[in-house]
Amino acid sequence: MGSDSPTTTASGPLTEPQAQALRRLAHQIRRQILQIVYESGSGHVGAALSQADLLLALYERYLRVDARDPERLDRDRFVLSKGHGGLGLVPILAHRGFISQAEIKGFGETGNALGMHLDHRRVPGVEASTGSLGHGLGVALGMALGAQQRGIDNRTYCLLSDGECYEGSTWEAALAAPALKAGALTAIVDRNHLTMDGFTEQEVPLEPLADKWRAFGWRVFCCDGHDFGEICGAFDAALSAASERPAVIIATTVKGKGVPFMEQQAKWHYGALDSQMYGVALDALSDAARD
Amino acid sequence: MAKKTPKIEGFTWTVEDVNLINETETWGEILVALGQDDPRLVALTADLGNSTQLERFKRAFPQRFFNVGVAEQNLMAVAAGMAAMELVPVVCTYATFAVLRAAEFVRTDLAYGGRNVKIVGTLAGVAFGQGGPTHHSVADIALMRAIPEMVVLAPSDGTELGCALRAAIAHQGPVYLRTGRGIEPPLGGRDDPFVIGKARTLRPGDDLTVIACGPPVHEALRAAERAARQGISVRVINMASLKPLDTAVVVSAARETGHIITVEDHNVIGGLGTAVADVIAGHGLRCSFRKLGHQDRFLVMGIPEDLMSLGGFDEDAVFAAICDAVGMTPVLESEWSDDP
Repeated sequence: MGSDSPTTTASGPLTEPQAQALRRLAHQIRRQILQIVYESGSGHVGAALSQADLLLALYERYLRVDARDPERLDRDRFVLSKGHGGLGLVPILAHRGFISQAEIKGFGETGNALGMHLDHRRVPGVEASTGSLGHGLGVALGMALGAQQRGIDNRTYCLLSDGECYEGSTWEAALAAPALKAGALTAIVDRNHLTMDGFTEQEVPLEPLADKWRAFGWRVFCCDGHDFGEICGAFDAALSAASERPAVIIATTVKGKGVPFMEQQAKWHYGALDSQMYGVALDALSDAARD
Repeated sequence: MAKKTPKIEGFTWTVEDVNLINETETWGEILVALGQDDPRLVALTADLGNSTQLERFKRAFPQRFFNVGVAEQNLMAVAAGMAAMELVPVVCTYATFAVLRAAEFVRTDLAYGGRNVKIVGTLAGVAFGQGGPTHHSVADIALMRAIPEMVVLAPSDGTELGCALRAAIAHQGPVYLRTGRGIEPPLGGRDDPFVIGKARTLRPGDDLTVIACGPPVHEALRAAERAARQGISVRVINMASLKPLDTAVVVSAARETGHIITVEDHNVIGGLGTAVADVIAGHGLRCSFRKLGHQDRFLVMGIPEDLMSLGGFDEDAVFAAICDAVGMTPVLESEWSDDP
C-alpha cells in the first residue's frame, strides 16, 4: 500500500472496476489488521473486520482530508466513535499517508502512539480520542455545528457500533442533532448484531433500529455493509440532497468478516492469534478474495 | 433596562432568586463583553440558560448560543466538538450536573481531548440549598482536581467570576469554574487581574491563617473581624485558584502564623482542605490544621445560610475554630434570629 495514494472522490455511481479496486484494497486492509493482531499480541479484531468496508468506502470516496495538510480547517471530519475500531482505522490512515508503516510495527507497545484506542493529540488524521462508548456522536455534532458557525463548507462523519446504541448519550446527541439542524452530519452504524457478551437481539433488543433513528428525526439509509455497491449507494443517497436533517447509514455487517472462524463469534470481539490461526485466517481471506 | 434587585439580606432566598441573578450578576455582562472581543466565543447550556445568566449572551449573540436540551453528557461532547473547530465554548449548567452527571465526558472529551472549553458550574456547594442533596454540589472540586490537565477555579463573587472567566479564556485548555448563588456581596479589590495559580491575601494577620474559597470567604472575613475585636490577628486568604494551587502562600502562612484553617462549601475530602493539607505534608510544615466544610455527610433541604451553619462552615463555626486553634474560649456575638 502506498503512502501517496491520490484522494479519490465520488463522482457518479460506483462502477464495477471501482468496486473491484475497493475489494482488492479491502483485502489488503484486512490482511494488515490480522498482521497487527498477530504481531502485537491481540486486538479488537472482530470489530475491525466488520467496519473495514465501510471505512474504506468513506476514506476512498467521500472523506475530504489530506495527509499533506492534516490540520487544514475546512477538511471533512471523521470521528471513530467506536474507539475499539482503532485497529481497523490504522491501516487505512497508513494507506492515506497519515502514518507510516514503520509506526504500525510498534502497535500496542508501551509509549507508542498507535494502540487499542487512538489519541487524537498523538495520531495525525484522528479527530477525537475515543474508546469509551457513546461519546463520538456528540463530539461529531459539535464539530458539525462548529463548522456551520464558522461558515466552513464541509461534512462530518461518525462511525458508531451498534453496541453504542445502548448508551443514553448516543440518543442525547441523536435527539439534538436534527433540532440543531446539523444537516452536514452523517452517522454510520456498524450493525454487526454482536456486543462483547453476545447477540444484541438476545440481550436487550435494539430493533427496530432504523425506526428509532427515523423517530428521532434522522434521514435513514440501510445497506449491506460489505457490498461496496450498496455502501456507496447509501452514501450517495445520504449526501446527494441538501437537508437540514442529519443522515444515518445503518449498515448490516458481520463481525469478524472474512475470517470464517471469527465470523459472528462474540469471543472474537477481542482476541489473539497464534501462528497457526494466523495462517488459517490469511488463507481464508485469500480464498474469499479469489471468489 | 430596569434592574431587579434581589432581596439578599435575611433569609429570603428562594428558587425564584435564581432568575433574579440574571439581572444583577456581573459575569453575564463580562461574558457578553468577552463575546464582543472574541468572535470564537460560543455559549452552551442544557436547558438552564435562564437560570445561569446565559440568556444575556443569547440576547447579544443569538447565533452563538446553543441549548442542547436536558442532556449534560451531550452538552460536554458537543462543546468538545466545537472546540475542535477552534471555537471557545463556555458551557454553563448547575455544578452538580456539570460535574457528576457529565463527569466522564468532561474527562474524556474535554480534558483527555485537550479541548479549549470553559465549564461554569453554578450553584455549587449548598447554594441551591432548597433543592436538597440532589442539587447540592459537594464533590465537584475533588472530582475536577483529580482530572489531569483540568484547571479548577472557585471565585467568591460575581465580579471575581467575571475576572476568572477572562483569565480562563486567556488560558489554553479546559477550565472548571464553580460559582455560588451569584448574590454574594462584593469582596472589594476586584480590579486586580485574576491570575490562575495565585491566591489573594484579603487581610493580613500573624496569629492564624484562614484559607477559604467561594462564598465561605465572606464567612472567613467576618469571623476574622470578630477575632480581631478579641485581639486575635487573623490572615485571610482567598484561594480562588484550587488547581493549580498557590503553594507559596500556604507555606508562608504555616511558617508565619503556625495555624491554618481551611473553609469550603464542599466535602472535606478532596477539596480545598485536602489540597492545602497536601502542601503542609509535602513541605513538612509544622502547624496546627483544621478543615471546615461538609463533614462527609449529606445535608438536608434548606436555605443556604442554615445549611452553612448546619454544615459547620459559617461565620460562627470559623470563629469557633479560630478560638480553638489559639486556645481561647469563643464569645459568640451574634445569635441566629428569624427576625428580618
